[in-house]
Amino acid sequence: MDLVQLLQSVVFDYTLRTVTLGAALLGVVSGAFGAFAVLRRQSMLGDAMSHAALPGIALAFLLTGSKETSVLMAGAAVAAWLGALLALGIVRSSRVKSDSALGLSLSVFFGLGLMLLTFIQKQPNANQAGLDKFLFGQAAALLERDVLAMAAFGLPALLLLLLFWKEFKLLSFDPEYAASLGLRVRLLDVLLTSLLVIAIVIGLQTVGVVLMSALLVAPAAAARQWTDRLGTMVALSAGFGALAGISGSLISSLVPRLPTGPTIVLCVSSLVLVSLLFGARRGLVWAWLGPRRTAVAA
Amino acid sequence: MSPVSSAIEITDLTVAYKEKPVLWDVDLSVPAGVLMGIVGPNGAGKTTLIKAVLGLVKPSAGQVLIHGRPYAEQRRIVAYVPQRGSVDWDFPTNALDVVMMGRYGALGWIRRPGKRERELAQEALAKVGMADFADRQISQLSGGQQQRVFLARALVQDAQVYFMDEPFQGVDATTERAIVALLQDLRAAGKTVVVVHHDLQTVSEYFDWVTLLNVRKIASGPVAEAFTEANLRQTYGGRIAFLSNVPSAGVRPQAFASGE
Repeated sequence: MDLVQLLQSVVFDYTLRTVTLGAALLGVVSGAFGAFAVLRRQSMLGDAMSHAALPGIALAFLLTGSKETSVLMAGAAVAAWLGALLALGIVRSSRVKSDSALGLSLSVFFGLGLMLLTFIQKQPNANQAGLDKFLFGQAAALLERDVLAMAAFGLPALLLLLLFWKEFKLLSFDPEYAASLGLRVRLLDVLLTSLLVIAIVIGLQTVGVVLMSALLVAPAAAARQWTDRLGTMVALSAGFGALAGISGSLISSLVPRLPTGPTIVLCVSSLVLVSLLFGARRGLVWAWLGPRRTAVAA
Repeated sequence: MSPVSSAIEITDLTVAYKEKPVLWDVDLSVPAGVLMGIVGPNGAGKTTLIKAVLGLVKPSAGQVLIHGRPYAEQRRIVAYVPQRGSVDWDFPTNALDVVMMGRYGALGWIRRPGKRERELAQEALAKVGMADFADRQISQLSGGQQQRVFLARALVQDAQVYFMDEPFQGVDATTERAIVALLQDLRAAGKTVVVVHHDLQTVSEYFDWVTLLNVRKIASGPVAEAFTEANLRQTYGGRIAFLSNVPSAGVRPQAFASGE
């Protein structure tokens, strides 16, 4: 298939169009909020919350018997929040440090999710098939209304990010100072974390709970290599996320049986590699080339 | 209301982390317009005192008034300079941007900083000798320059009462001079400044008021009255010996000598 054909099928092929659009949307949202998670040193939190979403999906199905995207997403969001709260509770009430607490929370919730998933699959009910797509994602199964649901949550989330830009910026850089100014730091923290949960939930269907954190962390890590401005970094991160989403969907549509989610993750990883090597600000290649090259660049 | 002459009035302030008291029953009255140093050994609760006043840590008991009213009502007249090490200087932003953050409280929700905030920030940077570094990424600044950016951020708050947590910690001579000059300017403008300080040798030189703290308040008052050998001994225990015990000439403690 040549490039023209590929572009034609993006426009005219329902499945490919839906998948590409969904992946791009997911990339933008997770890239933008992932940037804040990375700057606030909460990459592990993102990972823990993605994994913690799994039992929520399974329980939502068990309780309602519905596989409606919005129902499963709501379950995922609640479970992701509970996972984060469990980790926070462990840190507050014991001597366990936050990275270990997040690890604990992640494995407990993910284990519970796998158990529930196995239980569901052993039931005679024929309706149960397909829930395991949330493990590694199944972009090909995306429907137009799934993408609409992603947009319905993702776009308002991005709007809120723009609206509270200066508040989120100060919260991320210096939360105590923000509190001294009278900013409602606790409220802002809950809001920003909730928006991160939205970014995660949006991505679960496409890339799955296991690989979701890559889409939060990788675009941000790549973007940081190119700029020293927060606005540029978040925009670049969103752009890298979209680029990975689009290229991942297209590549997987060209090769039979190539799963979309992992392909997207490999695409975003390549962006990280290129950025680490050639990033304008901190590229390793420029450092290796020695002080002469640096002097010219400066 | 009675004429309020004290800028900061602290009554019965007690702060505990998990049952362990960090500050115990502190009463403190700071007159308006003084330059006050807070000194005491590590773990004496100096930073906690400031944070409790600013409502950043919850006291178990006690009350704090700023110019006669609770802090929550007086935020606009209070500015805060946290310890430089409390933030990640690798954050993607530049010096001017950090200074503008000082205006976020006055701007209120959602409103973005604009031309006026930019000018105020530029002015404040000039006051601390950092006018040429406005566009500099903050990780590219020296420790002293970062400290001056934090001071400029407090300056744009245009406050009456300033709290500074260890501004002299690990700074170069240029920055030290800049901070001292700034403190003098603030006093000349009638502001009240409270500085957590660790260098006993410079207390008499930099400040006109001092509080000695070690969980409890040991002493507080004009440097000539409160900064005595007896009070210092009580604050630091037997860990410090003094070469001179004439307070007005400046106490010269030797931190390494123990006992007499």
